Amino acid sequence: MTELPVLEIRDYRLNFNTFDGVYHALDGVNLAVGKGQSLGIVGETGCGKSVTVRNVLGLLPSPPAEVISGEILYNGLDMLKVTPAEMQKIRGIEIAMIFQDPMTYLNPVFTIGTQMIDVILAHQKALDKHARKNKKQARAHAIEMLRKVHLPNPESQIDRYPHELSGGMRQRVLIAMALSGSPKLLIADEPTTALDVTIQAQILDLIAELVEDMGLSVIIITHDLGVVAKVCDNVAVMYAGQVVEYGTIDEVFGQPKHPYTEGLLKSIPHPGKPPEELYGIPGFLPNLLTPPVGCRFQARCAKAMDICGTPPVNRNNVGHDRTVLCHLYEEGFADA
Amino acid sequence: MLETHDLTVGFPVRAEGKKAVLTAVNKVNLHIEKGDALGLVGESGSGKSTVGRTILHLNKSTGGSVIFDGQDITRLNSADEKVLRRRAQMVFQDPHSALNPRMTIMRSVAEPLILHTKLRGAELREKVGTLLEIVGLQKQFLYRYPHELSGGQKQRVCIARAIALNPELLVLDEPTSALDVSVQAQILEFLKSIQKELDLTYLFISHNLAVIRYVCNRVAVMYLGQIVEQGETEEVFNNPKHPYTRALLEAVPLPEPGQPRRGKPLIGDIPSPLNLPTGCFFNNRCEKAMAGVCDKAPVPNFTVENGRRVRCLLYDPASAPQVEAAAV
Repeated sequence: MTELPVLEIRDYRLNFNTFDGVYHALDGVNLAVGKGQSLGIVGETGCGKSVTVRNVLGLLPSPPAEVISGEILYNGLDMLKVTPAEMQKIRGIEIAMIFQDPMTYLNPVFTIGTQMIDVILAHQKALDKHARKNKKQARAHAIEMLRKVHLPNPESQIDRYPHELSGGMRQRVLIAMALSGSPKLLIADEPTTALDVTIQAQILDLIAELVEDMGLSVIIITHDLGVVAKVCDNVAVMYAGQVVEYGTIDEVFGQPKHPYTEGLLKSIPHPGKPPEELYGIPGFLPNLLTPPVGCRFQARCAKAMDICGTPPVNRNNVGHDRTVLCHLYEEGFADA
Repeated sequence: MLETHDLTVGFPVRAEGKKAVLTAVNKVNLHIEKGDALGLVGESGSGKSTVGRTILHLNKSTGGSVIFDGQDITRLNSADEKVLRRRAQMVFQDPHSALNPRMTIMRSVAEPLILHTKLRGAELREKVGTLLEIVGLQKQFLYRYPHELSGGQKQRVCIARAIALNPELLVLDEPTSALDVSVQAQILEFLKSIQKELDLTYLFISHNLAVIRYVCNRVAVMYLGQIVEQGETEEVFNNPKHPYTRALLEAVPLPEPGQPRRGKPLIGDIPSPLNLPTGCFFNNRCEKAMAGVCDKAPVPNFTVENGRRVRCLLYDPASAPQVEAAAV
């Protein structure tokens, strides 16, 4: 990456203080998204993929969350240190977010127009007085955004209530709402998980189109490896609060290096190929109240060695902008 | 072994203040041989779960018939229903809601045995222990409660309970949708192996095409309560005939590099089952739809090669020349 990344997360550690003790949710997460790029974060339930991005917009209440170390740099600005007033000028205008279940994130008692205009008017506070939109202009802008996400008949749909729309249409409304402040970075947390495959294909197509047209940078969080392979340039594979492998789609899917990535790819039945035997990764996710010493995957790893129980496990560079968190790729080890 | 003839299920609903009937399952004809695994695939609201539930008498059918092992089981009294339960069992999507949180695993798995057999005491405990062993859980789980188990372990318990009475037919309704992929792989492998060992017949309901392809030898694709295509799994996946099947297969993103960013996704949403399109139910979203042909009369099933049945006028032998002209 020659340009400065739009968003960079460095050595991010985060704990949750619970009644049962300290839950080590994130342990040294490093990520970067360049301008106009899309990054996928994949992993299984509880691996910390959503937690990683929540604090980009200050969405994790503290307590219980406690940031131990690290920086989240948005164009050089540390998002972990901004004041609430500054955050107000970033949310929706610089960085926007969409979530998994489009019904939960829309208020059922207001029309989608009311909700979109609310958002657009809130964005105006960040602008100069003379550039601000009034309510009528905001409504026109809302209709224009709905047209951009290909909602049919936006002029009449805008006065409908969320329950009158289908799941796919609701997700389009949320995307329109998120993009109404023309953000530079869109974070999508499981944007298609609640949708059927044919509708998922429509939404993924829309996201790809917006990335092309608006020069958006996108972070997509998903557990579906197929979705990542289709939409993203780069992928970060997370396991138990760590990024275990990072690289381009071609590299990571073509030649997975980390034993977990390898196992994950072998555990999904391929929809386009006749059945081969599947590989279920044995064992369970470690309890992060008492994370294992050394590599967090060692107990389930087919290639585990004695050294895996000794920290630190380093992020090893295995090629340009490609890292693997595994002793196997320690310098000098590969030859041995 | 199991056949349905024009199975229809309607639910009375109120729409805009008026009484109406929502036809969830519309004249479904299924045919499952002993030892088969038939996959029932479709999007949400296509009626696939309702088919499975109706076969096991968890819903009432409103038309058609279900034949199980040569016997009509469409209408049963409660005694006959109890016999059916011995021979056909169900596994549900969310193992957490399917287990009573206040019952130990022992008690949950023992319940069908207590209801249907005379096993009690030490014998019962031993039988439950053996069942847990079959599903790959140690005896130590016997006296635990569901909340102490992971999702995959709970689904294994549900399977143990379903096979407790040595049923012949298992209806599996999205058995792995609530699980992570690495756990899903374990459960799928396991379901395949016990099918052979215990000589089971599966009706496997899922929205996940990859899972269906992995487990099932035959597949039926549902859309809006109808089966639009039915045939051998590999043949259907390699050479889908119905435009909907084709669109569905194309919509699945593949977990491999080098896919096109943009495709030609299917336009529009699934129509409301209360306001069904006339003619072919798919005609308003179909890229091959022929105006004035597809939207006229209900479309029957056509048999093409090797027992494949397709509900599409493109395969009507009577109108073949006309269709070919339209396709060009």
